[in-house]
Amino acid sequence: MRIPLSWLREFAQVPADATAEDVMAELVKVGFEEEAVHRPTDQLKGPIVVGQVLSLVKEPQSNGKTINWCQVRVVPEGQEQTLTGKGIDPSGVQGIVCGAHNFVEGDKVVVTLPGAVLPGDFHISARKTYGHLSAGMIASVRELGIGEDHDGILVLSRIGLEPEVGTDAMELLGLYDEAAEINVTPDRGYAFSIRGVAREYAHATGTVFTDPASKVAAPASLQGGYGIKLNDDAPIYGKPGCDRFVARTVRGVDATRPTPPWMVSRLRLAGIRSISLPVDISNYVMLELGQPNHCYDLDKLSGDIVVRRAVAGEKITTLDGKVRALDVEDLLITDDSGAIGIAGVMGGANTEVSDSTTNILVEAAHFDEVSIARSRRRHKLPSEASKRFERGVDWQVANVAAQRVVDLLVELAGGTADEAGTDVGTAPDAVTIELPVGFAAARIGIDFTEEQITGSLKDLGAIVLKDEVGGSFVVTAPSWRNDLETKEDLSEEIARLVGYDNIPATLPVAPPGRGLTRTQQQKRRVVQALADAGLTEVLSYPFVSKSANDTFGVAEEGAERTALKLANPISEEHGYLRTSVLPGLIEVARRNHSRGFRDLALFEAGSVFLPDGQLGTPSIPPLGVKPSDEVLDALYDGVPDQPLHIAAVLTGHDSPAAAAHTPRAWDWADALDVARLVGDVLGVELVVSQGSHQAFHPGRAAQLALRSGEVVGYAGELHPKLLAAHDMPARSVALELNADAIFEAAPDVIVAKHISGFPVATQDVALVVPLDVPADAVLAALREGAGELLEDVALFDVYAGQRIEEGKKSLAFGLRFRATDRTLTSDEASEAREAAVAVAAERFGAVQR
Amino acid sequence: MTDTLPGAAIPNPLDEAAITAAVEEAVAAIAAATSLEELKAVRLAHTGEKSPLSLANREIGGLAKEHKAAAGKLMGSSRGRVNQALAARTAVLEAENDARILVEETVDVTAAPRRRRAGARHPLSTLQDRVSDIFVGMGWEIAEGPEVESEWFNFDALNFKPDHPAREMQDTFFVEPPEAHLLMRTHTSPVQVRSMLEREVPIYVLCPGKVFRTDELDATHTPVFHQFEGLAIDKNLSMADLRGTLEHFARQMFGDEAQIRLRPNYFPFTEPSAELDIWHPGAKGGPRWIEWGGCGMVNPNVLRAAGIDPDEYSGFAFGMGIERTLMFRNEVGDMRDMIEGDVRFSEHFGMEI
Repeated sequence: MRIPLSWLREFAQVPADATAEDVMAELVKVGFEEEAVHRPTDQLKGPIVVGQVLSLVKEPQSNGKTINWCQVRVVPEGQEQTLTGKGIDPSGVQGIVCGAHNFVEGDKVVVTLPGAVLPGDFHISARKTYGHLSAGMIASVRELGIGEDHDGILVLSRIGLEPEVGTDAMELLGLYDEAAEINVTPDRGYAFSIRGVAREYAHATGTVFTDPASKVAAPASLQGGYGIKLNDDAPIYGKPGCDRFVARTVRGVDATRPTPPWMVSRLRLAGIRSISLPVDISNYVMLELGQPNHCYDLDKLSGDIVVRRAVAGEKITTLDGKVRALDVEDLLITDDSGAIGIAGVMGGANTEVSDSTTNILVEAAHFDEVSIARSRRRHKLPSEASKRFERGVDWQVANVAAQRVVDLLVELAGGTADEAGTDVGTAPDAVTIELPVGFAAARIGIDFTEEQITGSLKDLGAIVLKDEVGGSFVVTAPSWRNDLETKEDLSEEIARLVGYDNIPATLPVAPPGRGLTRTQQQKRRVVQALADAGLTEVLSYPFVSKSANDTFGVAEEGAERTALKLANPISEEHGYLRTSVLPGLIEVARRNHSRGFRDLALFEAGSVFLPDGQLGTPSIPPLGVKPSDEVLDALYDGVPDQPLHIAAVLTGHDSPAAAAHTPRAWDWADALDVARLVGDVLGVELVVSQGSHQAFHPGRAAQLALRSGEVVGYAGELHPKLLAAHDMPARSVALELNADAIFEAAPDVIVAKHISGFPVATQDVALVVPLDVPADAVLAALREGAGELLEDVALFDVYAGQRIEEGKKSLAFGLRFRATDRTLTSDEASEAREAAVAVAAERFGAVQR
Repeated sequence: MTDTLPGAAIPNPLDEAAITAAVEEAVAAIAAATSLEELKAVRLAHTGEKSPLSLANREIGGLAKEHKAAAGKLMGSSRGRVNQALAARTAVLEAENDARILVEETVDVTAAPRRRRAGARHPLSTLQDRVSDIFVGMGWEIAEGPEVESEWFNFDALNFKPDHPAREMQDTFFVEPPEAHLLMRTHTSPVQVRSMLEREVPIYVLCPGKVFRTDELDATHTPVFHQFEGLAIDKNLSMADLRGTLEHFARQMFGDEAQIRLRPNYFPFTEPSAELDIWHPGAKGGPRWIEWGGCGMVNPNVLRAAGIDPDEYSGFAFGMGIERTLMFRNEVGDMRDMIEGDVRFSEHFGMEI
């Protein structure tokens, strides 16, 4: 909401020297955030004065243009120029070249004299042009920054002005005024008006407020006016769409009269363009009183006005010239010809006022917030009217606003008001709120005096009484405050007016807590361990393409991933929610790579979205009530599974190249190592097996599983084609793990192991097995066969080639044996080794070399 | 005696002058040796089998019985002197040698390669942990919830009326199909509702996490960002308790001098509601108040939605943006730096913020 200061001063005691910033500094105290300052003089500097064209000589030019060489008097006749400066003629007459042709000798115009500055940092000076010294400019509204029209210069008589020559044109056009723009929270519909903000300014400063509504002499009742019927046969939530409609008639207006500059100036500062006198008046009253209203061309209306819901298939052409198909829930203003307006949102084109309009029907109505909000949303028609109606307009002010429009049409447009008028509808019940005496003090923490409570509430316009026993205040909220419904609302108002700065600080003590949960600690440990291991944590967006999900989200080639789709994504290309963290991470890697960072180790811990089973709920329970357990269960169940995934991408080398150091290129085993690190940190063994995942190299992918067999991820080299398609370096490796699943598998209690002090007996064994036998499986067989004496076994060499049969490989293992109760003899160790080899031989045909 | 050095006279082991001369010569040669190699040559020349002293010593066997003792004594002490000199010189030269090797092994430590990769946490994640730790230290617990959420938890349970403009101000991402009433949470407040439904009163929880709004990415907006929200439900909580909690938190975060300010505002889920400003003495362009977040007393409708009796319990809630906090605390000028994943951003912070 933009508040022109001159307007605010009419109703609030704003100091004469206060700036927009000063006003905003006051308003912020009562909850209106500052947004911007609109001050024409920030861009516009004088001298800019009224001049009169004394003579005008048309001079055709070689370029085909004709210019006017004008002599313009800029001081009253017979007076000397008192301004001095380069280019200012002491005679009081300036010679000016002007390219516009919409004026004649004798016209009064706006002259920007040398030294003036116009918007766009345009400095006016005397300059040679078209063979003359042009000392100033005759300005258009566009050049002055006060309008769009640039077809010609501003001729003051055409906007109804006959000022004296030499008058300060900035003063005349209201350009010394300025506006404070504040943010109005959605609960405070009343503050979308000068009336509302002036009251708030008075609250903030403790000064006197004059209600603009009180300055309008509206009749107590209206009879015999235009026929109006309120026929809402489908109220929303039982509330009629229209519960008041005031109609007034003004005849014999001249709609072509110019809107007075003071009104244009205020409208402009408030952000509203001047259109025509009747429309400007309508907007002016809306801004002043907060009551949207509408002027119909009375002669274009046929029959009674009926306010009703639309019927199926009904259409309307709105003021903006668009044909709109209406919904049966739309509330309409209609006459015998059909729809003439979408109530509270936008009027129709057929009945709008035009230059030829002479008789006007003024509408000031009160509409249901929800009905207006839905129509506005449905038709995507945010208007000044809908903005106010959907937040709530003062039911009581409709009659006053209609009167104010009538008064201005009479005063400025030369109309005559009909005595008769229409006012139909039923006032809503006033809201009374019981406020227990100590409630606000307890809720706010300030020991309010009774005077502070009643004083604040009365300042708001509420009626405050005490109940018989004196335990509570009974507060009737003012008609413009539809946001006040509960004792909490009133407590805020009291605190707001007394000042939030007066709230003391006390620190409540929480009951002893449990600290971070197990899962929270696990997540932190993993993330920290990865960073400690040299990986860089990044965050990427969860929005991905369908193909990214199909590639990364499922192991099988050609399978489609069920994924959540956004109804309103930022880009259609990334319209799905990720089922894998890798696409985002690869995008980040690619971006870094393109910025010249070739050696990367990136990881991200983030949710993925895996819809399964029931998606959402067909309806949602109402607010303010705890749903039943069944309904709650359905809500919980409808929310898709969103496990935490941890993924990493490694490209290039493991460290920066340096003197006396040769970095090592990351390879598939590094991806596995990072995965194992996650397992190690959590105390969970990840079982590695040869994997198959379409995003990975078919021969260099490991599947990672829990002991239970549950697959929790993949690690290895990314598929060469995929890397090429993503502009990524060859041999980049990656992994992705379902962290939640691993967290859950972490042991609760780790049972201690006996530490034997007896000596170790080591034995090596080399086994020849077929090439496709996984080393890990042979190792497991050895471990199984070796029995309890085996302390550890490790693969230390893999060999295939000379002296090894074609299609086979040699695996060399080191076995460490130790007993808990004695020193092992070498025979015992050998026996255990042979037992180990026997199992490997049986299982894989392993032969000792 | 035939095996003498050609031309070298074998000194007489009784000739004290000749023996002493040989000793002097040996000692001088030992002293003159400048390396262990030279010393070895000297040793061979003066104590080896064919050295004058060794040869002289061998002569004792051929002497008359009455001369043997005197010759033995002379030769013993003479050879002792030479061996002593040798040992001393060896020690000196070995020490010199050891020192030289160490000197030779000198490296330029400033040219040490970085073999270990330095990893980094994302500062948003580090900051989130730090905020959480402050509240855990106050006995609060950390609560989490899903990022795709039921509309009820995100709006209705928080007292957003179905047709109220406040509901649209959140610029919500909706999930298809619309009939499922699922959306990407626009704030972490649904976690508050879940906490109230799942926990026993009193409740003191902090809910950090990712939230989503349909803003295009620019220097100050991002469609995905992080918040932390606090919720306290207990008997007799007031706005003074809210202020005290925020003040304590602000001081833990920003030091003892930190100040906060509350300004009236509107949120559907709190009444009264306030905007929270923090005094930033080190702000770029001079000290000023900075908008930090929103807060207020939990709206009774929110308590009712969670089955908590608003006549018995009251509560307060607050919420701040983690990006915003990082922006003004650590002078991050552009939101995009936090989002794009450029490794320079995270690595600049390392493990700290």
